Amino acid sequence: MSEHKRKEWPLWEVFVRGQHGLSHRHVGSLHAPDAEMAINNARDVYTRRSEGVSLWVVPADAITATSPGDKEPLFEPANDKVYRHPTFYDIPDEIGHM
Amino acid sequence: MYAQKVESTGARPKSLDEMDPQERAFQERIDANIKIEPKEWMPEGYRKTLIRQISQHAHSEIVGQLPEGNWITRAPTLDRKAILLAKVQDEAGHGLYLYCAAETLGVTRDQLTEQLLSGKAKYSSIFNYPTLTWADIGAIGWLVDGAAIMNQVPLQRCSYGPYSRAMIRVCKEESFHQRQGYDIMMVLSKGSEEQRAMAQDALNRWWWPSLMMFGPSDAESVHSAQSMAWGIKQDSNDDLRQKFVDQTVPQAEYLGLKVPDDDIVWNEAKNDGKGGYDFGEVNWDEFFDVLAGNGPCNAERLGARVKAWEDGAWFRDGLMAHADKQAARKIAA
Repeated sequence: MSEHKRKEWPLWEVFVRGQHGLSHRHVGSLHAPDAEMAINNARDVYTRRSEGVSLWVVPADAITATSPGDKEPLFEPANDKVYRHPTFYDIPDEIGHM
Repeated sequence: MYAQKVESTGARPKSLDEMDPQERAFQERIDANIKIEPKEWMPEGYRKTLIRQISQHAHSEIVGQLPEGNWITRAPTLDRKAILLAKVQDEAGHGLYLYCAAETLGVTRDQLTEQLLSGKAKYSSIFNYPTLTWADIGAIGWLVDGAAIMNQVPLQRCSYGPYSRAMIRVCKEESFHQRQGYDIMMVLSKGSEEQRAMAQDALNRWWWPSLMMFGPSDAESVHSAQSMAWGIKQDSNDDLRQKFVDQTVPQAEYLGLKVPDDDIVWNEAKNDGKGGYDFGEVNWDEFFDVLAGNGPCNAERLGARVKAWEDGAWFRDGLMAHADKQAARKIAA
């Protein structure tokens, strides 16, 4: 191995929007020295079978994620607001499709 | 397979009663087929086993480019050359997916690379065999990638989310590889006398090393039980090897080629009465010898990786220096 220590290339997360996709989806990650190289490599690695028409790369350390332990307190309040769903309301059949 | 001999703690799996509450909760999630994700708690042994297995798999993809890359400049037609280039590019991509999956377990890719280059980490024994003729490229696609698929399809259900998702991507691409290999073998086996002989010779040399890819026999594989309990491994080495033989022997017959094993015989009683092939004993001394670094190409393969890493140092540094400069310029502006 080499004599002097060098910096490791940063990690980038890759998001691709497919041909008919509505939104970008996370597809994986890669190492690259800068954003431009990250885009070039993401194109080669993640879209070489024409999987997408748009690419985002984001430095992995710019992402903050929820932790699995938070899952319940974080998402639970949504469950008791059933009136947020259209199926909560009874509309008479005579009214037809609404 | 691509991670043939993954050492682990060696202890037998604990029963639920012997586990502390955290371990038990973890095991119950696995038993319920819930995927484990990077930020969740996991036993140290689980983490270590996965790092070893995924990184060995990744290293195999990278080193595996060398035997095939050997024939890129000598591919017999422009079509075959373009296909081989696309395949080797895929292998690089597979290595990348896998390193990324390994990194979610708290190691860095450079650390893993260091382990490969220093000889501390293993890669699949199969890539220590030389590609002596063009037919070897066909045999590798057909047999080696075929064996890889057989192992990777169940790994799509592996308990560790990032590994299972990497396997889904890899499997999608891998069947292209196996088909292109078989296509090469079909053309050769229907070709001239010399081409037929070349195809048979390639089968003769790659058959046994391909069977070795499934790892030691179940009797010797002391670490399997824990890996299976953790949902890292779904099928035993011998089961997969049997499946591979059953699938591949008819494919060889179709080509009019002979598998180099005189003990191959159809056995009605095998596979719970569904039938399967009996086959000869793998040369395990050779297997362990290759794994220990004494195969025909071990030194050459590792040498090529070390040389690429060292000769490329100035280039990696240059890219990094350029990126730093651009970033500094952006701040200044």
